[in-house]
Amino acid sequence: MFNNQSIQFKYFLPILLLFTLIGYVRADSLLLYSGRSKSLVDPIIQQFEKETGIEVKVSYANTTQLANKLMTEGEKSSASLFWAQDAGALGAVSKKGLFAQLPESILAKVPKTFRHSDGMWVATSGRARVIAYSPDRVSVEALPKSVFELTQPKWKDKVGWAPLNASFKAFVTAMRVQVGEERAEKWLRDMQANGAKTYPKNTPIIEALAAGEIDLGLPNHYYLYRFKKGNSNYPVQQTFFKANDVGNLVNVAGVGLLKSSDNRETALKFIEYLLSSKAQQYFVSEVFEYPVTEGVIPNTNLLPLDELLKIVPTFDLNEMDDLEGTIKLLRRVGII
Amino acid sequence: MVIRKQHTFLNVGQREYFFIPALIVGVCGLFPLFYLIAKAIDVEGSYLIENLFRSRNAKLFLNTFLLTIGVLILDILLAVPAAWLTTHAEIRGKRIFSVLCTLPLAIPGYVMAYALLGLGGNNGIFSALFGKSLPRISGYWGALLALSFYTSPYLFLNLRSALLGLDQSLEESARSLGHRQRSVLIRVILPQLRPAFYAAGLLICLHVLGDFGVVSLMRFETFSYALYVEYDFVFDHHYASWLALILITFTGCLLFLETHLLKSVTLYRAGHGVSRHRSSIPLGKWKSVGYIFLSLLFIATVAIPAITILLWMFRAFETSALNGLLEALVGSVGVAIPTAVCCAILVVPFAYIGVRYSSRFSNMIARIPYVIYAIPPLAFALAIILFVGSRQTILLLICACILHFLAEAIGPVRSSLYQASPNLEEAARSLGCSPVQAFFRSVFPLLIRGLLTAMALVFLATMKELPLALLLRPAEYETLAVNVWDYTSEAMYSQAAPYAFLILLFSALFVGLLIRKEEA
Repeated sequence: MFNNQSIQFKYFLPILLLFTLIGYVRADSLLLYSGRSKSLVDPIIQQFEKETGIEVKVSYANTTQLANKLMTEGEKSSASLFWAQDAGALGAVSKKGLFAQLPESILAKVPKTFRHSDGMWVATSGRARVIAYSPDRVSVEALPKSVFELTQPKWKDKVGWAPLNASFKAFVTAMRVQVGEERAEKWLRDMQANGAKTYPKNTPIIEALAAGEIDLGLPNHYYLYRFKKGNSNYPVQQTFFKANDVGNLVNVAGVGLLKSSDNRETALKFIEYLLSSKAQQYFVSEVFEYPVTEGVIPNTNLLPLDELLKIVPTFDLNEMDDLEGTIKLLRRVGII
Repeated sequence: MVIRKQHTFLNVGQREYFFIPALIVGVCGLFPLFYLIAKAIDVEGSYLIENLFRSRNAKLFLNTFLLTIGVLILDILLAVPAAWLTTHAEIRGKRIFSVLCTLPLAIPGYVMAYALLGLGGNNGIFSALFGKSLPRISGYWGALLALSFYTSPYLFLNLRSALLGLDQSLEESARSLGHRQRSVLIRVILPQLRPAFYAAGLLICLHVLGDFGVVSLMRFETFSYALYVEYDFVFDHHYASWLALILITFTGCLLFLETHLLKSVTLYRAGHGVSRHRSSIPLGKWKSVGYIFLSLLFIATVAIPAITILLWMFRAFETSALNGLLEALVGSVGVAIPTAVCCAILVVPFAYIGVRYSSRFSNMIARIPYVIYAIPPLAFALAIILFVGSRQTILLLICACILHFLAEAIGPVRSSLYQASPNLEEAARSLGCSPVQAFFRSVFPLLIRGLLTAMALVFLATMKELPLALLLRPAEYETLAVNVWDYTSEAMYSQAAPYAFLILLFSALFVGLLIRKEEA
C-alpha cells in the first residue's frame, strides 16, 4: 500500500545513511582541545599521526572558550589534552586543579621560565607581541617607542588591534600586572577614543596594513612571516617597542595533561612529540615562533632568544592567570 | 462548500494523525526557548544593572536599528524602480531582467560580504585589474551594502507580483472621479502595494536581525554579533541569553506588527467585471536610463561579487586545497540531505492542517513553523545548546536545521495539497480504506511533486546555512559555509574562494528552483 512512498525511500535512505555515517565513524582516539588555530598546528598533528599511528581528534576553538569549557566539564571532560594559545588560560585551568603533574622527563626538556612552577604545563613555543607598520606610510623614526604612545592624536584612526583575541587578552592581563588596573583601563579607553580599529584576529591586522586600512597594528610576531613567505616584498614591517615595554610581551603556547584523561600514556607521547626537535623545528621554520628547547636551528628572521630576553617585560608567566579580571575590565570599557 | 462537507465527513479520530505530529514539532521548536529564559533570569539584579544597562548595549541597539532602517531604504531604492521597470515600462527583455533582479539571492550575505571585502584594498581584485585600489568597504556601509544586495530580491519579487496584479480599471475609475495622477498614485496604487511592502519588509527585517555572517565579517557591532562574541569569546551564557532574548523580542514584535497591519487590508474585486491589466507605459527618452539602471543593478549585485570570487579562486588555487573542499562538501551534504528529507516528511501535517481544517486553533498550529523560522538562528542555536547542555553533535545540528527550515518546505507542499480535492479521500474512505490508507492512496501520490520541490528547497537552503552550523557542529565537523566564514575572518581570501564558489553554485540552483516555481 505504500507503493509510491517506497520508491522515494529506496533511494533516499541509503544516501542518507551513507552521508551520516561518514560523519560519525571515527576510531576511538586521543581528544585534544586546541586553542591554537588549525592552520598553524594541523601539519604537525598529521605528522604525529603518521609517525605513531595514533589518531588525534582535535576540537579547535578559541583558548578562553576551551578553558571555560574545561572548567565546566571538570573531571568529566572527555578531552585528554589542552593545548592553549596563552599562559593565562593554562594558569586558570591549573588553578582549578584540572591538570595532572607532568613527569620530570618532560619537564627537564624546557627551561624554568617556560613551564609551570609545579609542572602542571609546559610551553611548546613562544611568541612575542610586536608593533607592525606600513613602511610606505610610517618611517622607522616616527614609530612609537611604547605601546602607551598609541593613544596620541597623531595615531587617531590609524591603529588596528584584535581585542577579542586570546593573545591580546594575555597582553591586557600583563599590562594590569605591570602598570596596574587603573592605568590599563585608561589605556583601553584612550585607545577606543583614538579610533582603534577592531579586527577579529591577528591575520586581518597584517592584511589591513597591506590593504591600506591602517598604519600601525598590534599583532603577534609570527603572522607577518607567513605573508612574507609567499611574497618577500609584502608591504608590512614589524619591530619591538623600547626594552621592558609591556607591548613586547613574550607569551607562550603550552600544553597540559588533563586529570580526566583515560589514556595518559598516549597523551604524554603527544606532549613529548611537541617538544621533540622535529616539532620544535617546525614551529621555528614553518610557524616562525620561538623554540622552547635547545638544539633548534634558529630562524634568521627572528631575534636570537638571548637578545629577545633583554627587551621583554620581566615577570612570571604564572602570574597571568586572572582571566576573569581582564574580562571584567574589557566589559567595563565596553569592548565586550 | 467542499471544505465544510469534508469536516463532517471525517471522524474526530483522524485529526489526531495530523495534530499530534504538528504539536510535537512545535513543542520541540519552542521548548528550548524556555531554557533561554531560565538562563537569562538566573542572575542577580546587580549583574543585570552592571552588564545589561550600559552604554554599550545602547550602542548595539542603535547600530541594529540603523542597519535595519538603512537596508530597508536601500532595498526600496533598488527594488521599486526595478520592479516597476520590469512590469509596467515599455522595455525589452522584461523576463531576463526579472531573472537578473532575482539573482542576488544566489549570493548569501556572508559570501557577498566576502566578495566586497576581497574587492577593495591594495591587494584586492579591483587593484589587480585596474592598478588603482579602491578603499575597502567595511563597518556600517559594508554591512549595509552586503545585506541590501542580498535581500533586495525579496522586495523585488513581492512588488513585482503585486504590480502585475494591479487592476487598471480602478485607476481609470479614480481618474473619472476627478483624481489627478499624483492623487491616483497615493490613493489607489500605493494602497494596493501595501501587502507586498509589508511582507517583504518583514522578511528583510528578519534577515537583518538574524544575520550573523555579514556583521561579523564587516565588523559592525549589532546584537547578533555581540551574542556571538559573548558565546565564543567570553563564554558568558547568561549575558548571551539576554542578548538572544532581546533579538527574539525584536522579531516577535515584527511578526505581531505585520499581522496587525495586514488585518485591515482587503484587495479583491467585489462586483462583476474582469480586472484589466494595463498596457506598458512608453518611456521615451528615459528608456536608456531604465536600461542603464537595470544593468548597473545587475553588475553591482551579481556580476562584481561573482567575478571577485572567481578571480580570487584562480589567483591562488592549490590542488592541496581540494581535500579540505571535499571534506566540507561532504559535511554540508551530510547535514542537508537528512534535513531535507525530514522537513519534507514533517511538513505534511502542517500543510494538511492549514489547508483542510480551518479553525483558530489549527491556524495557530499551522503558523508554528513560521514562528520558529523567525527566531534569529544564532539565538535559536544558543537556546538549543543550553537545552542539551553544551554537547554539540551532528544530530543536534540536523534537528536544529529541520526545525528552522520547516517553514521553507510548507509553500510547495501546500500548493500541491490545494490541488488534491478532498473528494478523492472521501471516495477512498467510502471504498473501505482507513483514514491513513485513504491519505496515502489518494492524496499522497499527488503530493509527491510538491514534496520533491520542498526537499530541494530545504536541501539548498541548508547547504548555505551559517550560524546554526557554526554553533551546533561538533568541533571537527566542517561545512562549506563555516569555511568561507572562517577563512574570510582570517583575511585569507584566496583560501576562502573555492568554498564561496561552491556555495554560489548551490545557491544559484536554489534561485533557479524558486524562479521555476514562481513561473509554474
